[in-house]
Amino acid sequence: MAKLTVFFFFSLIISSSLAFQSDELLVDDDEFGLEGAKPQSSSSSSPTTIRKRYSDPDLDSKVQFTLEHAFGDSDFSPAGTFSARLKSWSHGGKTLTKLRFSRNGFSDQEKHTFNNLLKGDDFYRIRLPSNVISPPGKEFVVASVRARCLPRDGLDEHFVIHMEGANILAVSYGSLGACQYPRQFKLPAKWSFNSHTILKSSEQAPRTPIFTEEIVGGENAEGEVEPPPERSFWAKYWMYLIPLGLVVMNAVTQATNMAEEQTGGQAGGSQVQQSARRR
Amino acid sequence: MAMAIRVCLLLLVFLSSAIVSFSLYEDQVGLMDWHQRYIGKVKHAVFHTQKTGRKRVIVSTEENVVASLDLRHGEIFWRHVLGTKDAIDGVDIALGKYVITLSSQGSMLRAWNLPDGQMVWETSLHSAQSSKSLLSVPINLKADKDYPILVFGGGYLHAVSAIDGEVLWKKDFTAEGFEVQRVLQPPESSVIYVLGFLHSSEAVVYQIDSKTGEVVAQKSMVFPGGFSGEISSVSSDKVVVLDSTRSILVTIGFLDGDISFHKTPISDLVEDSGNAEILSPLLSDMLAVKVSKRTMFVRVGGEGKLEVVDSLSDETAMSDSLPVADDQVAFASVHHEGSKIHLMVKLVDDLDTVLLRESIQMDQHRGRVHKVFINNYIKTDRSNGFRALIVMEDHSLLLLQQGAIVWSREEGLASVTDVTTAELPVEKDGVSVAKVEHTLVDWLKGHVLKLKGSLLLASPEDVAAIQEMRMQSSGRSKLTRDHNGFRKLFIALTRAGKLFALHTGDGRIVWSMLLNSPSKSEACERPSGISLYQWQVPHHHAMDENPSVLVVGRCGSDSSAPGVLSLVDVYTGKEISSSDIGHSVVQVMPLPFTDSTEQRLHLIADTEGHVHLYPKTSEALSIFQREFQNVYWYTVEGDDGIIRGHAMKSSCAGETADEYCFTTRELWTVVFPSESEKIISTLTRKPNEVVHTQAKVSTDQDVLYKYVSRNLLFVATVSPKGAGEIGSVTPEESALVVYLIDTITGRILHRLSHQGCQGPVHAVFSENWVVYHYFNLRAHKYEVTVVEIYDQSRAENKNVWKLVLGKHNLTAPISSYSRPEMFTKSQSYFFAQSVKTIAVTSTAKGITSKQLLIGTIGDQILALDKRFVDPRRTLNPSQAEKEEGIIPLTDSLPIIPQSYITHSLKVEGLRGIVTAPAKLESTTHVFAYGVDLFYTRLAPSKTYDSLTDDFSYALLLITIVALVAAIYITWVISEKRELSEKWR
Repeated sequence: MAKLTVFFFFSLIISSSLAFQSDELLVDDDEFGLEGAKPQSSSSSSPTTIRKRYSDPDLDSKVQFTLEHAFGDSDFSPAGTFSARLKSWSHGGKTLTKLRFSRNGFSDQEKHTFNNLLKGDDFYRIRLPSNVISPPGKEFVVASVRARCLPRDGLDEHFVIHMEGANILAVSYGSLGACQYPRQFKLPAKWSFNSHTILKSSEQAPRTPIFTEEIVGGENAEGEVEPPPERSFWAKYWMYLIPLGLVVMNAVTQATNMAEEQTGGQAGGSQVQQSARRR
Repeated sequence: MAMAIRVCLLLLVFLSSAIVSFSLYEDQVGLMDWHQRYIGKVKHAVFHTQKTGRKRVIVSTEENVVASLDLRHGEIFWRHVLGTKDAIDGVDIALGKYVITLSSQGSMLRAWNLPDGQMVWETSLHSAQSSKSLLSVPINLKADKDYPILVFGGGYLHAVSAIDGEVLWKKDFTAEGFEVQRVLQPPESSVIYVLGFLHSSEAVVYQIDSKTGEVVAQKSMVFPGGFSGEISSVSSDKVVVLDSTRSILVTIGFLDGDISFHKTPISDLVEDSGNAEILSPLLSDMLAVKVSKRTMFVRVGGEGKLEVVDSLSDETAMSDSLPVADDQVAFASVHHEGSKIHLMVKLVDDLDTVLLRESIQMDQHRGRVHKVFINNYIKTDRSNGFRALIVMEDHSLLLLQQGAIVWSREEGLASVTDVTTAELPVEKDGVSVAKVEHTLVDWLKGHVLKLKGSLLLASPEDVAAIQEMRMQSSGRSKLTRDHNGFRKLFIALTRAGKLFALHTGDGRIVWSMLLNSPSKSEACERPSGISLYQWQVPHHHAMDENPSVLVVGRCGSDSSAPGVLSLVDVYTGKEISSSDIGHSVVQVMPLPFTDSTEQRLHLIADTEGHVHLYPKTSEALSIFQREFQNVYWYTVEGDDGIIRGHAMKSSCAGETADEYCFTTRELWTVVFPSESEKIISTLTRKPNEVVHTQAKVSTDQDVLYKYVSRNLLFVATVSPKGAGEIGSVTPEESALVVYLIDTITGRILHRLSHQGCQGPVHAVFSENWVVYHYFNLRAHKYEVTVVEIYDQSRAENKNVWKLVLGKHNLTAPISSYSRPEMFTKSQSYFFAQSVKTIAVTSTAKGITSKQLLIGTIGDQILALDKRFVDPRRTLNPSQAEKEEGIIPLTDSLPIIPQSYITHSLKVEGLRGIVTAPAKLESTTHVFAYGVDLFYTRLAPSKTYDSLTDDFSYALLLITIVALVAAIYITWVISEKRELSEKWR
């Protein structure tokens, strides 16, 4: 498949008749996020390390938005903070990079409520603002999971945040691995979150390949109306040849019989019988 | 010996004739398919009776069809389906030979040749603003050998030549905002009077020279109260209009260019005053006014004096007036009485003179009479006869003459909104099969004929006989279930709220039922059907129950209007029960559970966010309670760009609640930013689709597992700018993004953006793939993209040892809360045609390969093998891939003319395609609806599991007999010869 794409692009490059299309490689923000802060740093909201500074800091700005959670049908309350760099592109687009997450640990009260959730196999719900620049934007983006899916050793959580510019389209929330269906009641060994975060933006569809003239010609000769491979004469016409052979044989034996009948030959009769039985 | 040779020859012949033909031959048309042509609910009808031997009527309909019908039999002589946005405003006949239609809000004028419907000319008229439109074809107006047609629309008054469609002159009224109401032409004058309103408070009369378009005189007069817009012209110099309070009738006289008003309060005419309404019929010197459910005839006297002469009950339909002999004018009225309708034709001048009084027995399921058009003819005894064309509530069109229904057309079927399928009853024991082949002789004769046909020996008469035999054979129009499942019923719900059951064999209407028949309760006067669901499909137990369908309706057009549920027995077409459910209907969700009588459980969501369980039985409730935790649903708010997921919460609280009402809670939301994305299409898999195997073995002995989930939602969004018509934006401004969303957790499983692409998106979702069609602005072509989703969590099961030792997870339950491990493959192709709808074939077990059924812009249906939209296609497939059936990649999808399943027919105004499996795995039913209906049976992988209809059993039998005989004879001969040799 990869080879094919390369081939398409090559064919696109060599065909100068095509309309102009920006060849700019959009930075793939896929899987650009990184895992959350230390599980133990319960309420410290600011990120501790920033690995790399961008060359033009005026175009970048820091944004923070809060994660809120709710237990079952309770109201939402703050549960953590995402902080990220908002990178403005020259063409006006904005993307979020370097996402960091600090999770607030559960208070005792919350632990108790969460225990109840686990018992009732109820929903643990989270929400994020739909716009990170001017929260909450149009709406909150909500996601839920059955509470029993979360506990492993600690509390495993996995965020996939789907971004469109500075807007959050949706967030997928759940445990990192599988959640077996008859969900077992299990208390977490440690009341600490093990958070993983992924930012995802939209993938560009590959351009539909346009085959240039000569390639189309070549393809046609090669692929589209390719003649079926030559089969041997025998393979093609065996079904006609066998009966024909039998007929000829019959005719021959008949002829010999005719000749032999006068001379009193013997072979004819048995031949006929054989050939008749063979059919 | 000679016998043996002959046998061989026979065998050869047999072998060569047994090479099965796969494509459709000319003589096979109509064997499995049928096509019905409709026109829709008639809006206008113009009779044409001048001299022409074959009487015909010209009609225009709400489906934007202009057609010429045979008055004797109701057949269509010709018809033209205009585009969906090209609504017909008026139709008339000019010069006695042209049908003139005005459409698109008065901006398109066309002339059609009356006898054959050829277009004679077409004129696009200048239109500056949207306004009401008016078509007037003056009968005896003549300007320099030309016959002008006067058209008002879009703020302009045009005079168009009837001969060639040239614009003779036009008058611009856009500046003043003048709305033309009537164009009147005094006889023997070249000046026309154009009467209209200015800001609906000032009456203006222009006198315009019909030759040049110059304004000869203009008079205007302000009416303090303002007009309500409804107008009725009663004579050549008077019109009557209602004032804005709808309580005063104003007679406007404009004799000799002077405008005069004459006010008559309605309360002077009748005691119980209310909001009045002027009915549309054009009656001379008389008008019909509807006041508080009664229709009154008001005669207009010489000085604008009004006088009530008659009144009728509400349910009366009236025709326009029709000149009859001796300068008299007649009109027809139709009213109901019990199961009969009464047609009366009266003289306008003298309402006591009834020219015709007829009573006709009318089917209850046609509802009320909506429209009447009358026409007169000279009877054999030289007296006047009348025939009436009536349009019923169910949109059907009937011709009444001599007290009988001469013909009827079920025009409701031109506006099918929802279709479902139903089985026919099982054949009862004791009821013998209607014998098709009566005796052995007939049977043999038939087969000899067939044999002749297949040996190309048949004469034309024989061919006709064979054709007829084929039509009759297999009893394809019987009303019982057959072994192959070829006979079925399609239940169609029409916009008029009528249910039709159509037989797949010949397309006839088995039964029909109007949901709002007059016998219904008054609580819900005019329920409109929304959708159709299979309520009860007994097939395992409860076999003695008849299957039934659920029709969900609404008491008004508003979405918060209370809903109506109606259960209809499929075998008999009788309504089992009907109930006002007392809450609104936003969404109906069939659940995958049935109760002991195989009634399917349905959830109905209302506007308040509650869901209601149906049927309301304790058994259903207990089934539902068991699965309470696992019921999820979602809503799409298209205007806000939000998709929400919900789960059940608890029973409703409050005094009005019952135990079948549940509250819900929001689980997830997907919020599309309003500045960059707008939802244009959402789609899910068909809930009853069968997937044969989850595994897909590729060429290199690798296994891919299809990600088969019922909870996937396909969503397509475009940039708000790009939501308009194709080409209205530049490629940089528009992007199309498609999503696959899990509706339990709200996870976005796949997201792909197509830059420079635009809707409309037509998509089809089946098994683990989505195919969608859109427009690529950069390439200036339509594109089709396929996305296939594969499950990776099961990918480790390839190891045979794991399978043997049972260490696989194939039987583990799947939870949506597990993190999905899946990957998608996609590929795009160009497609040369724009598309109206896409469907996919469905078969009983899902083994047969699939075909995409593409409803093209030409109203035909193209069958395209799914193999053409396979992301595994490559430019140079290896030998192994070729053997597997992978087609070399091309940049566009082929359109093979032979693969149009509609062959030479057109399904005019195609709106939808429905597929349903037959019992025979290879075969699928296809039903397409639009203005026309079309049905056919398809076998996407050929009929591999049955012999074709024209398979010659006789030939097979003869061959076998001949072979046996030959063997026996040769054996005898050889025995004899052996004996004689031994005796020698």
